[in-house]
Amino acid sequence: MYQLTGVTKTYQSRRKTVVALSDVDLSIREGELVVVQGPTGGGKSTLLQMLGALDRPTDGTVLLGDRSLGTLGDGRLASIRATEIGFVFQGFNLIPTLTARENVEAGLAPLKISSAERRRRATEALESVGLADRATHLPAELSGGQQQRVAIARALVKEPTVVLADEPTGNLDEKTRDEIIDLLEGLWRERGLTLVIVTHDSAIAKRAQRRLQIEDGVLSEAV
Amino acid sequence: MFGTYLIRELSGRRRQTLIIAIGMGLAVGLVILVNGVSAGVRNAQSTVLQSIYGVGTDITISQPATQAAGNRGFDFGGAEGSENAAAGSRTLARSRLDAAIGTVPFSVTAVSKARAVSGVTATSATLALQSTTFTGTIPTPGTAPGAHAGGGATTGGGTDGAGGSSFSVASFSVSGSDVSNQKIGPLTAVKVTAGRTLLASDVGKNVIVLDSAYAATASLAVGKTVAIAGTDFTVVGLVASTSTSASTASNSYIPLDVAQKLSGLTAQVSTIYVKAASASEIPRIQSALTTTLPKAKVSTQAQLASTVSGSLSTASGLVANLGLWLSALVLGAAFLIAILFTISGVTRRTREFGTLKAIGWSNARVVRQVAGESLIQGIIGGAVGIAIGLIGIAIVNSVAPRLSATTAVARTLPGGDGAGDRGFGRAAAALTTNITLSAPITISVILLAVGLAIAGGLLAGAIGGWRAARLRPAEALRSIA
Repeated sequence: MYQLTGVTKTYQSRRKTVVALSDVDLSIREGELVVVQGPTGGGKSTLLQMLGALDRPTDGTVLLGDRSLGTLGDGRLASIRATEIGFVFQGFNLIPTLTARENVEAGLAPLKISSAERRRRATEALESVGLADRATHLPAELSGGQQQRVAIARALVKEPTVVLADEPTGNLDEKTRDEIIDLLEGLWRERGLTLVIVTHDSAIAKRAQRRLQIEDGVLSEAV
Repeated sequence: MFGTYLIRELSGRRRQTLIIAIGMGLAVGLVILVNGVSAGVRNAQSTVLQSIYGVGTDITISQPATQAAGNRGFDFGGAEGSENAAAGSRTLARSRLDAAIGTVPFSVTAVSKARAVSGVTATSATLALQSTTFTGTIPTPGTAPGAHAGGGATTGGGTDGAGGSSFSVASFSVSGSDVSNQKIGPLTAVKVTAGRTLLASDVGKNVIVLDSAYAATASLAVGKTVAIAGTDFTVVGLVASTSTSASTASNSYIPLDVAQKLSGLTAQVSTIYVKAASASEIPRIQSALTTTLPKAKVSTQAQLASTVSGSLSTASGLVANLGLWLSALVLGAAFLIAILFTISGVTRRTREFGTLKAIGWSNARVVRQVAGESLIQGIIGGAVGIAIGLIGIAIVNSVAPRLSATTAVARTLPGGDGAGDRGFGRAAAALTTNITLSAPITISVILLAVGLAIAGGLLAGAIGGWRAARLRPAEALRSIA
C-alpha cells in the first residue's frame, strides 16, 4: 500500500532548520492497523501528513500504490485525499456552522454525486457511528465523543482505502476513548481498511497489529 | 454543499455579515444619494438653461461685449411735450428700443454661416432688446433748470411744489424672434397660456407675445396694445415657461424683422441658437464655428451651465466635489472593511480550510466558497445600500430644497421680473429663478449601486480567496496544532 524510502522532511523555523523526519523507510501493507507512538515533536504528525498526501518530502519518495506523492501536483493530491484517504483529527475539526450531517456531507463535496445521494450516504455514515438521531445538531451541541464520531463518519463516508487518525482520543475521557477506539477497530475489521493511528496512549498501542516508534524524526519498529 | 455552507456561514457569523453589509450599504447608499442629487442638480440646471435657450439648443453664438453700454438718455428739445402754463411745467413722454445692456448685436449673415457648418441641423436667431419709456412732468424753462434724464438717474422725481419735476421710467425686455424658423430658440421652451404664439405669417406685423407673469403685473391681456418705441403692438398671446419653476427668457416677443427695424439694428441679431446632429459632434461643431466666426463667443450647453450661479451652483459644486470625494472615500472605506474582514475571516478559519483541504477540497473549491460568501455579503450590502439611498432620496424629495439659480447669460437676454417703473440704470438684472430640487431615481443608478456592491464583494472575495488558496493544508493543520 505505502512504501516510504529515505524520506526526510525539514522545516525552516526562526533561521533554524528543524528535521521532522530523517531518512525514514517504511512499508505498510493494505488492511494493516499500524500505531505510531513517540514524544511530542518527534515527527508523528509529519509522518501522518506524508502518508495523507498533505505534504511533500524534502528528500526521498512516498509511494501510495504506484504513485509517488512527492511528485504529484496539488490538484492530483487533493483528488487522492478526496477519494482514497480519510482523516480523523485530535481536535475533531468539524465545521462549527454546519450540522453533523452537513459536516459528513462536506467529505463528499469534492465527489461528483448528487445532493440526494450525498445526503443518503451521510445519513448512513452517521448511522454506522451511532449518531443518526444527532444529524441536525451543530458540533457545539454534541459531546466530544459525539463530535469525534461525526469526524469518523466524515472520514469513512467516501469509502476510503486508508484512514489516518492523529491522536483521535487525545481530547476524550477514558470511557469515550475506549468507545472511539472500539469503533475505529470495528470499522477497520468490517471494511478492511488500512488504519494508521498516531497516539501517545499505550492502551491503544497494545491493540494494534504493528507498532512504530518515532523520535527526533527517526522511525523504528517497536517491540 | 456550496449553497448550504454559504448560508450557514453567513447566518452563523451574523455580526461580521452585518458589519460588512452596513459598511457596504452606507457607501452604496451615499453613492445613490449623491448620484440622485447630482442628477437633480443637472436637471435643474437644464431647466434653467432651457427656459433661456429653449429646448434642443446645443450651442449658442453671441458677440462678447467689448465696452460698457453708451449713453441711453432721453434728450428733449425746448418745445417738446405739452406745456401747462398755469403750473409752469411741461409734460413729456418718450419711448425707445435699444439693444439689451450687455449684448452686442452682430450681422445676421452669421446665421447662414453657422448653418453651413457640417453637423449643424438647425439654427435660429434672436435680437435681445430693451424697451424703455419715459413719462413725466418737468418745470418749463425759466422756472427751473432743464431736465435731462440719463443713465444712472433715479427712478423717479418728486413734486416739491416749487418747480420740481415728476417723472417715471418703465422698461421691459423685448426679444426679436425669428418667426420663420422656430425649431429651436427661447420660444421652444414656452407654453401658450392664452391666444397664440408667434407664427411665420407674423413677419412684418406689429404683434407681440407676452410672458404671462409680465402681462399679469402690467395688467395686459390678449387683444390689448403695448407701445414700443412709439409703435403700438397688438398682444396676440401669452406664454409661460414649460417649467413651473422657471420664467421665460424675455418679457415679450416680437417678430425679428420688426424688432430690427424698430431698434435701428437692421440685419442684426444678438444670439444664434444652434442644434447639432448628435451630442458627440458638439465639440467639433463648436471648434468649426469658432473658426468660421472668429469674433463670436461660441458656448456649449455645458459651458452655459457653468454660468449659472446662486445656491444651485453651490449645490452643483458641493455634489461635484464634496459629494464625489465623500462617496469615493466611504466606498473605499467600505471596500477596505470588506477586504479586512474577509482576510481576518480566512485567518480565523485556518483550521477549517486546512481541514477541508485535508478531506479533499481543491483550492478552487475553497476559493469559490470564500469568494461566494464575500459576493453575497456585497450583494446584501448593495440591497441595504439601495434601501439607504432610496430613503435618502425620499428625504431630499420630501424636504424639496429650493435653490436659486442666477444666470449670467440673462444679461444678454434681460427679463423676468415683471413690469414696473425702473430707472435707466437698471443694467438688465440677471435672471434669478427658484428651482425645487428633485432627486430622480434611475435604473442606471440602481444598477451602478448593485455593480459597486458586487465589485466590492468580488474584490474582497478575490483577496480572501487568494489568502485561502495560499494555505498549505499541512501548514494550516500544523499551525493549529
